[in-house]
Amino acid sequence: MSEARSVTEPPNLILSPVWDRPRTGTQFLSGDHACAEGALYAGCRFFAGYPITPATEIAERLAERLPEVGGQYIQMEDEIASMIAILGASVTGAKSMTATSGPGFSLMMENLGLAYMMEVPTVVVDVQRGGPSTGLPTTVGQQDMMQARFGPHGDFTSISLSPQSPQEAFNLTIHAFNVAERLRTPVLLMMDEVVGHMHERVVIPPPGEIPLVARPRATVPPEEYHTYRPGPDLVPPMALAGEGYSVLFTGLTHDEDGRPVTTYAAQKVLVPRLRDKILKNRDVYERLGLYKTEDATTLVVAYGITARSARRAVDLGREKGLALGLFRPISVWPFPAEQLRSLKNVTKIVVAEINLGQVVLEVRRIAGPYAEVVHVGNPGGQVISPETILEACMSPRRAKP
Amino acid sequence: MRKEVRFAGFGGQGVILSAFILGRAVSVHTPMHATMTQSYGPESRGGSCEADVVVGDAEIDTPMVTHPDVLVLLSQEAATKHMDQARAASLVLSDVDLVHLDDDVAQKAHQLPFTRTADGLGRRIVANVVMLGAFTNASQIVPREAMEAALRETVKASTRELNMKAFDAGARL
Repeated sequence: MSEARSVTEPPNLILSPVWDRPRTGTQFLSGDHACAEGALYAGCRFFAGYPITPATEIAERLAERLPEVGGQYIQMEDEIASMIAILGASVTGAKSMTATSGPGFSLMMENLGLAYMMEVPTVVVDVQRGGPSTGLPTTVGQQDMMQARFGPHGDFTSISLSPQSPQEAFNLTIHAFNVAERLRTPVLLMMDEVVGHMHERVVIPPPGEIPLVARPRATVPPEEYHTYRPGPDLVPPMALAGEGYSVLFTGLTHDEDGRPVTTYAAQKVLVPRLRDKILKNRDVYERLGLYKTEDATTLVVAYGITARSARRAVDLGREKGLALGLFRPISVWPFPAEQLRSLKNVTKIVVAEINLGQVVLEVRRIAGPYAEVVHVGNPGGQVISPETILEACMSPRRAKP
Repeated sequence: MRKEVRFAGFGGQGVILSAFILGRAVSVHTPMHATMTQSYGPESRGGSCEADVVVGDAEIDTPMVTHPDVLVLLSQEAATKHMDQARAASLVLSDVDLVHLDDDVAQKAHQLPFTRTADGLGRRIVANVVMLGAFTNASQIVPREAMEAALRETVKASTRELNMKAFDAGARL
């Protein structure tokens, strides 16, 4: 197959990481600002959004910084428009992102589903606050985790990442872009208000030190190209709109050329592939934080800010001679089930999260047959204390009914 | 080592900026670790307001401050709210002209004229920087050079000289 291409290169402005004014080195940044810097490092050159506490600082920072690197920032009329704008930007070749919180995340669901269906790489950040509805605008929640998993209608598979610190917000934003590009899928960065607003040391390495991944691009001549013919990894190479190829995107069930074919026959080819390209490429996105799990018999499962309370709880418990460990899914969805099952000594699992029970449902599904699974949470508004988590670890096993 | 520092006062006094400068001093100018959290919302623009910095020689696990080692009180409302924490803290600094402390707390507290000193420099707005000078001296958590560097980098160039003067005046209180 010829590598030669008769098509024009897209404008350099959008695709290449430009470092007109690099801001590297050691800084003291909030999680929100670190996320914005991570996006710039990853080559994000288009942000469309609508300000909302506690995600506003991401938009603010990018409004200031994107023009410096030749990118575009647009404040949209609402989150519905924001979500569709970043899809439009992405199909022309820009790495794109939006950032929001609960109420805005709800508005984005329909067009997020469109992104899964059209296989558009993009990054959506949800800095979670207490809900439902407008709820607690200025305080913490982790109540959107099941929305991240199942929010849009239809069958799709979500990749959701959750950072526990500003440095990790920086690193995971880059990872989110790399995964989105590599698998042609939206990636969700599920932050929380405390991580978004807290300040810590963030080291931004020189450009190039953290590898960036570009989406698989069309390499065949235009007459041989099919918009949705997948490669061996189940990811279809992507021709950009305006590049010279015939490309067709639709939310309707479609064939390999992107033409609407609303039949069972087409559906049963397309939708399982959308699932499998995520589930069969776990090594692309899966990240896990393990702490003192080797000999642990009781495991705390926690993500985001709660993982930091959990780490303290593990240390406090170890001081008392308890065999505690921390299992921190950094990629929360798809949940790292095999790694959880591989910890053979575990007989009890405490899932700590700032909600009334979400990720615990998945943990119970996986580990319920062999371990007692307990939930520790609150309805949003404050961080769970290490003492509360430790208490749940120490409480006696419930009698079987 | 883990030290919990809480700055509490009235929105607009520079409570959050003070915490930011301490956090930046530790994070950028020493090998130690710092995590800053703050009240966020209407209160940070007026009303009772607080900002916390946890400083440690290892990575900070939970950033939540429950038993501050150092407590800085810049308004009566903040003092009243945090009096029990002040009782338990190993170091308390307060603005002597703005805050009345319970007798037992007053005995151990460094009650200093932050606002009056700033007035003497011609700008009341630098009272928080006067406080930072006194805090740096009394707490010995972070080297003075690191604090001065973070202060210099944080404030506007046009106010740098005034701020450095305020910091120095605070350190000599």
